[in-house]
Amino acid sequence: MKPESIQTSFNEVKEMVQACIQCGTCSGSCPNTFAMDHTPRKLWRMVLGDQAQSVLASKTFILCSSCYTCTLRCPRGLPLTEAMARLVQLARKANPLLFKKSHAFYDAFLQSVKNHGRVNEAGFMTHYFFTMKDPLLPLKFTPLGVKLMRKGKVAMPAFNFGLGRGSRPRGKMAAIFEKIRQMEQHP
Amino acid sequence: MKYLYYPGCSLEGTAKEYHESTVSLMAALGAELEEIEDWSCCGASAANNVSELLSFVLPARNLALAEKMCQEKQEALDILVPCSACYLNLKKVAERAKIDFGFVQTINTVLEADGLEFGNHLEIRHLLDVLSRDVEPDWIAKKAMVSFEGFTAAPYYGCQCLRPYAEFDDPERPVSMERLISSTGAAVLDWNMGGVCCSASHMSTKPEVGLALVKRILSQAKSADMILTVCPMCEMNLEAYQKEAGLVSHESFSITILYLPQFLGMALGLPQAQTRVDLNLCVTPVFWEKYCGMTSRARNVRIPAPKAE
Repeated sequence: MKPESIQTSFNEVKEMVQACIQCGTCSGSCPNTFAMDHTPRKLWRMVLGDQAQSVLASKTFILCSSCYTCTLRCPRGLPLTEAMARLVQLARKANPLLFKKSHAFYDAFLQSVKNHGRVNEAGFMTHYFFTMKDPLLPLKFTPLGVKLMRKGKVAMPAFNFGLGRGSRPRGKMAAIFEKIRQMEQHP
Repeated sequence: MKYLYYPGCSLEGTAKEYHESTVSLMAALGAELEEIEDWSCCGASAANNVSELLSFVLPARNLALAEKMCQEKQEALDILVPCSACYLNLKKVAERAKIDFGFVQTINTVLEADGLEFGNHLEIRHLLDVLSRDVEPDWIAKKAMVSFEGFTAAPYYGCQCLRPYAEFDDPERPVSMERLISSTGAAVLDWNMGGVCCSASHMSTKPEVGLALVKRILSQAKSADMILTVCPMCEMNLEAYQKEAGLVSHESFSITILYLPQFLGMALGLPQAQTRVDLNLCVTPVFWEKYCGMTSRARNVRIPAPKAE
């Protein structure tokens, strides 16, 4: 992504939080502040101070779980949860390597949507494991996978490709994805 | 009562029991559900992180399909959505379309590729909205076959059915489940965690954050017999990681987690083949013992507990 287009997207986020009065209601409301390197209030200050580099290096927006408590409580009525999501999109484009893991997760998810129209949980997790090329990663999910499999809630992907309710192509998903790609390249 | 039904992907897989219990409960309540034909994924939390346009087009496709069905039938039906994440994604598009005409045009430019058109004519409603506002208040109390007297239920609402759109409940201090719980004879746990985040997908990508949040909710519900949920993500986070959450805080958690329609279905005496309580990951033996005691005393019949794993 070109530096100018990063700056344009950054300015859009800045526009969204322009009216911030630094009251800290967002930081006080956020359930994930304890794990963040900058509190949400501080991050908005950094956005307003044009510190794009430090903002995009922060872990804060990646820790947003979209609970919308800050959006609900903000006395200025700012769309803070949306602004966090915009920063995630921006960081993804500006610095793909830094967010490799969660990006691989989202990519696998959307690939499943593109191919099947719906998400096949077992199928997309397998795709995720393959892209990450980390032999230990699947082990982390084994306990849950086993619990779910015993309840018959996930089928082994090998038996599931092309079968089952969720795996048939729906509408013209690929055409929709392609159209969006074109529109985003030439707005 | 008649609704168009959008189950969403989770309800076909890990939240099968939410789908089956919702369909059975709605049938028992005399409501008619019709699944949106050829529905597709709403984008969940993934699409918004990749492309904003995609995160609007994916839900809009389903709304367009629903409108097409309504047009063929010549009647306007509300869309019933049990999953909170799907509900919010569909709702977001509908809300923005109300105020931004250019937005609708952009979406339709994309949907043209699939031969669909989005006009934003229908209401999108969460299952909890429908249960708490469309069902007669005393209906469940009158029809209940099994009394849950002596049980305490903790209502857990999660985030996205409450916020940012305060559509049917107080987004800070939700109460909509309380009347439904009371109508079964159960007591409502007085707690303030009902609308506090369960960490959503952080549990798979950042478990240390997820466990801290889940631990907070579970430890506040220790005195309850069960936690009731209305979202597949909340249900999974609360039921599947109790052991791990216990390890973090040197406590041990063993709390039954049920979907609200499963609980109401049990109260109405629906068989297990319809409530699908056998599919939940955490229904404790203590809960079953208490429940079977109740039912045998009340009805003089013994409902066998499912075989221990």
